[in-house]
Amino acid sequence: MSVMSECPTRQILNPGNSNCGGCGATSGLSLLSRAVGERNIQIVIPACCSAVAAGLFPNSVYGVPALMTTFAATASGATGLSVVAKLNGEDTRVVCWAGDGGTYDIGMATLSAAAERNEDILYICYDNEIYGNTGGQRSSATPHGATTTNTPPGGKVEVKKDIMEIMAAHRVPYAATVSIAHQEDAIRKMRYALDARGFRFLHLLSPCPTGWKSEPSLGLELVRLAVRSGLFPLMEIFEGKRRVVNVEPDFSQEALARYLNLQRRFKKSGIEPETLASEIEEHWSALRAKIRCFK
Amino acid sequence: MKKKNGQLLQGNEAVVEGALYAGCSFYAGYPITPSTEIAEVLSIKLPERGGTFIQMEDEIASIGACLGASLAGAKSMTATSGPGFSLMQELIGYGVISEIPMVLVNVMRFGPSTGLPTSPSQGDVMQARWGTHGDHPIIVLTADSVPETFEMTVKAFNFSEKYRIPVILLLDEVVGHMREKIVLPAEGEVKVVDRLKPEMPPEWYAPYADTNTGVPPMAAFGDGYRHHVTGLVHDAQGFPTAKPEEVISGMDRLFSKISRGFSEVCLTEELYCEDAKTIILSYGSAARSARDAVETLRADGEKVGLLKLKTLWPFPKAALEKYANSVETIIVAEMNRGQIYREVWRVARGRWQVGKALAPYGNMLTPEMILDVARKVTK
Repeated sequence: MSVMSECPTRQILNPGNSNCGGCGATSGLSLLSRAVGERNIQIVIPACCSAVAAGLFPNSVYGVPALMTTFAATASGATGLSVVAKLNGEDTRVVCWAGDGGTYDIGMATLSAAAERNEDILYICYDNEIYGNTGGQRSSATPHGATTTNTPPGGKVEVKKDIMEIMAAHRVPYAATVSIAHQEDAIRKMRYALDARGFRFLHLLSPCPTGWKSEPSLGLELVRLAVRSGLFPLMEIFEGKRRVVNVEPDFSQEALARYLNLQRRFKKSGIEPETLASEIEEHWSALRAKIRCFK
Repeated sequence: MKKKNGQLLQGNEAVVEGALYAGCSFYAGYPITPSTEIAEVLSIKLPERGGTFIQMEDEIASIGACLGASLAGAKSMTATSGPGFSLMQELIGYGVISEIPMVLVNVMRFGPSTGLPTSPSQGDVMQARWGTHGDHPIIVLTADSVPETFEMTVKAFNFSEKYRIPVILLLDEVVGHMREKIVLPAEGEVKVVDRLKPEMPPEWYAPYADTNTGVPPMAAFGDGYRHHVTGLVHDAQGFPTAKPEEVISGMDRLFSKISRGFSEVCLTEELYCEDAKTIILSYGSAARSARDAVETLRADGEKVGLLKLKTLWPFPKAALEKYANSVETIIVAEMNRGQIYREVWRVARGRWQVGKALAPYGNMLTPEMILDVARKVTK
């Protein structure tokens, strides 16, 4: 029986939440609910869309104990929870659920420190490549060529920060990227990460129709195109060394062009698919070199 | 040249216009409601004028970049709200002791912590005064309207440049998000102050030496003068010292350079105060309700006046002292649990009664709420 036909015993994000239609975080949390199953988890969420989406009791509070902390304190708050839970002999998993702003930018210091200490935490970054909660400003996860409410005219000129290699450099036991469009793969990685010990990191590309200026119904399609074109590699990194590519992209130029065309955030900069294609090529040749190196 | 017929601007946009008018060429910040529009508009307008806009990774980095830019010679600004203001506190103290001009805008929202995002509040008044650790002077300005926001933004830059100190512009959400008509002044119409530069040769320059104003001239990092900038207590050259006589003279100068300028820095606006038995003291958006309440009471024949603070810190004590012999009650109208109320009570020393009309729950202070308190007093 497919994991997708199993009904989750408990919803982490209850219905009635205030997420925008087509929000990737809704899909991500629904996948996480299926992955978690009967396991006990506690969730730590910094300031981000998911902190707002919880809304007001009783409509949509999280179905698990939730610590809504300050923007920079996700990994440090989780450290406290996880260490004491272990001292108390509790069978629980502390899961951080943070946006790209809280992960790539303001939360980087606490994230890096917790990873270096190898705290027993599962940290999931749902990355919508934008500060969604404050109305769509750039983050260091915003891709090259995207326009936000405060990128200079012509869109962002910098390349997206490579969070997976940053985490790999910490030699954390497990880091993986997760696609909401490849659900069997996603659930397998989530379950592996839930049951592993030490610091685990998952990076989930989370479509944001509001910020990406895309059709809410096209979220899965966009992620699929991102994977196909090589823009979002589906991969796992073990101990910061061994790298496994889970879905081999066909590097389709057509997929890349379609990915850009379906989002109005790339319109203003007029970034050419060829520009991104050469960045993708560079990224993958570095990745392949590391795969060979740590075979 | 702007047209004279005025335009409809938001308070946050007026901050942008004021900053550009004052010569701000560097902005580093981190988005947070209700201040984000300042960053968003500057991200367009600064590059157009050859200035720099950077979105930083957090608020600590934001104020750090502004201090660096100022040391390099630019007029710099950041804007934030409650949680971000808390993160900036350490570097505010650093800017004060190392005497680096910059402007920090805090568009207040209800706290503590995430509070009520983003209901109005004036809860950061004491934090603006004492948020960073240690005894220190500070200049904190506020505004109650869009035109006044422009005016006080220019003043914030002027004071920071003149006195070599970070200046905090403390707005509230209502003023930040309100739209009003404003006629922007033409170039040269409003005074713009630039920091004093050293004229002596580099080998004679002491970046923290006493002068007849108490404010030493400030060379930029690229001007060819020697710099040693530190948060440690330092001597006239900028080098760390623990010698009592140098600590005393250095720290005293830090305070006296501001206190010598009290008459210029402490800004208030008064309405019907001369014969008033009751004065309503207010600031920011609450002052708009206070003005309305005062007009209503005057129409009823009550001798009531309005004292509006445009400078919060240093506290404009002299403006209150002026009426010490004529006023019977001062009612403080503010959107917190009485932060300026306590200050007025301290200054009163029993010479007048002190009342309060407060809105501490993320709501606006309405004229009716002030009238309820004032009518009990004037009865």
